[in-house]
Amino acid sequence: MAALLPAGAPSRSGRETARRTRLLRALLPALSLAIVLGAIAWLNPRAISYFGFSLMLNLAIPIALATISQMFVIAGNELDLSIGTFVGFVGCVTATWLHDAPLLGAAVLLGSIAVYALLGALIHLRNLPSIVVTLGMSFVWQGLAILILPKPGGKAPDWLLAVTGFKPPFVPFPIVAALVIAAIVHFGLMRTSYGAVLRGSGGNPAAIARAGWSLLRTKMVLFGLAGLFGVLSGMTLIGITTSADANIGNGYTLLAIAGVILGGGEFMGGRVSPVGAVIGALTLALAASPLLTFMRIPPDWQVAANGAILIVVLAARVLISRREA
Amino acid sequence: MVQVKALLAKPWIWSFVGAFLVWIAAVAFTRGHGGGGMIIAALSLAVFMVIVGIGQMFVITLGPGNVDLSLPANIGLASAVAMKVMDGNDSMVAIGLLAALACGFAIGAANYLLIWALRIPPIIATLSAAFIIQSIDISYGRGLQIKPPPGFADFANLRYFGIPVLAMLAVLLAIAAGIVLNRTVYGRSVLAIGQNLRAARLAGVKVQRTSFLTYALAGTLGGIDGALLAAYFRGANVDIGNEYLLASIAVVVIGGTSVAGGKANVPGVWGAALFLVLLLTMLNTFGVSVGIRLVLTGLIIVGVITAAGGPKAER
Repeated sequence: MAALLPAGAPSRSGRETARRTRLLRALLPALSLAIVLGAIAWLNPRAISYFGFSLMLNLAIPIALATISQMFVIAGNELDLSIGTFVGFVGCVTATWLHDAPLLGAAVLLGSIAVYALLGALIHLRNLPSIVVTLGMSFVWQGLAILILPKPGGKAPDWLLAVTGFKPPFVPFPIVAALVIAAIVHFGLMRTSYGAVLRGSGGNPAAIARAGWSLLRTKMVLFGLAGLFGVLSGMTLIGITTSADANIGNGYTLLAIAGVILGGGEFMGGRVSPVGAVIGALTLALAASPLLTFMRIPPDWQVAANGAILIVVLAARVLISRREA
Repeated sequence: MVQVKALLAKPWIWSFVGAFLVWIAAVAFTRGHGGGGMIIAALSLAVFMVIVGIGQMFVITLGPGNVDLSLPANIGLASAVAMKVMDGNDSMVAIGLLAALACGFAIGAANYLLIWALRIPPIIATLSAAFIIQSIDISYGRGLQIKPPPGFADFANLRYFGIPVLAMLAVLLAIAAGIVLNRTVYGRSVLAIGQNLRAARLAGVKVQRTSFLTYALAGTLGGIDGALLAAYFRGANVDIGNEYLLASIAVVVIGGTSVAGGKANVPGVWGAALFLVLLLTMLNTFGVSVGIRLVLTGLIIVGVITAAGGPKAER
């Protein structure tokens, strides 16, 4: 459409359409969540209650945190295929050392965040494919998790149980937590100047470097933040499940990527949305099991539901973008 | 001397050197016992990595962002399909293999359909496909171990002059892949697209057809791999392909194929597959626990990638 118009003089209606399309695109994640919620409300009205939401969204917080972690990596044009096993590793540390020897546990968790930042440095300095490095690291985290906790077990620290078991008035805890996470990350990444630099390092690294920012530092910060949110995800997961298992987080790798994309993130160009990512994670958490249970679809198809939602949302995005073009 | 230098300049030589060093370490540990057996065992297991690795290599060569994450799910489903069609009956082996081929081809075609119709990065397309394939497999296979026909299982474990027949066939496959890549219009098109998509398109390379064929090829090879794995391990199950997500990408990259695309390396796939399998053998002979084995495997992969260095920034 824009090509047909004389350059420099876009018509008002053209601009209007473009604006509306962009708005529609931004609203798509929220729209998909609303549709899933609507379906649940229609199938089982009683689920839409304080208790129902607390139950259905129980595991949504760790998924949302893992998704945010992945979002930081994707913002820098990289991909983390180790976040799932990392969450499992953190879970094992939380249920054992953090419970028995809090100082040692905390040191290990801080150290693992440092390892993430160092991985970012390694990937940047040697210009390595992040997919391969993180795939290798996924073995390392898994191995460490098995070494720490050979058999499922362990126990969550009491203070962690108190945090995840918190019951605020009126609004269920998972929703409050999701709002808080989305607000904090949105402010940090979208509203601060260094947040803009971080996104720019994915969007146009050459420009950021020429403006005098260190790309090594941005990559280390992005990976460090990914590690931090991975740690938070693993800790909340153990707070909810109360004990750990070396394989507990394995499914999170793919879920987290799917959540970022559902939330409007793009693979290239540092285009990500923290609010969208949290909404994407909630949509996946709701669609994967509660919706299927209410629709009486056997759990075999849980994984497929994630894939199907991803495809439907992406198809909708293509339809919207086609109008834009 | 010049020849040695030329050999050392080949990027794939290092994967073979690595495989050799790991083997030496393992043999030194056992004081020379079972060195030959180790190589034979490594050859049999490397076959499965080589087959998916070659498929993944063609996909990765298409350029940045091209990778097939659905291969593990594909292998799982194809192995179940093959075993169910064969139903333990030797006369149905050919039909079962065809079914596995068709299943893999269909998955590859579906992958490309998603990429093309939704204009999404291949990683996401193959990821969503993997989710769905995995569910189909769980629902179809019902988690049962389905046994292969005895004749097919024996064939998968057959050896001539002590060398596994499957390994010989996989060498032939690698040679064929090399010829296709370097001597056919299709292969040259894959390389051209990986080097510069825009230039390739302007030069009249049929980008869409080439990409479709590449994803279909990777899917088909995944399908064959599934059937052969089920025969070799005498049974199909949902998780049979799981380790091939890392393995398929790792053998391609360690083998010297550029992750940025446009530069493929067929012999390297064999070298890297032998390296990975011998690495596992070595750690097993050292008698380390599962946890330490995983940690060391991961660290060595990261180490090898770091040492080999990434693609030089080409802008």
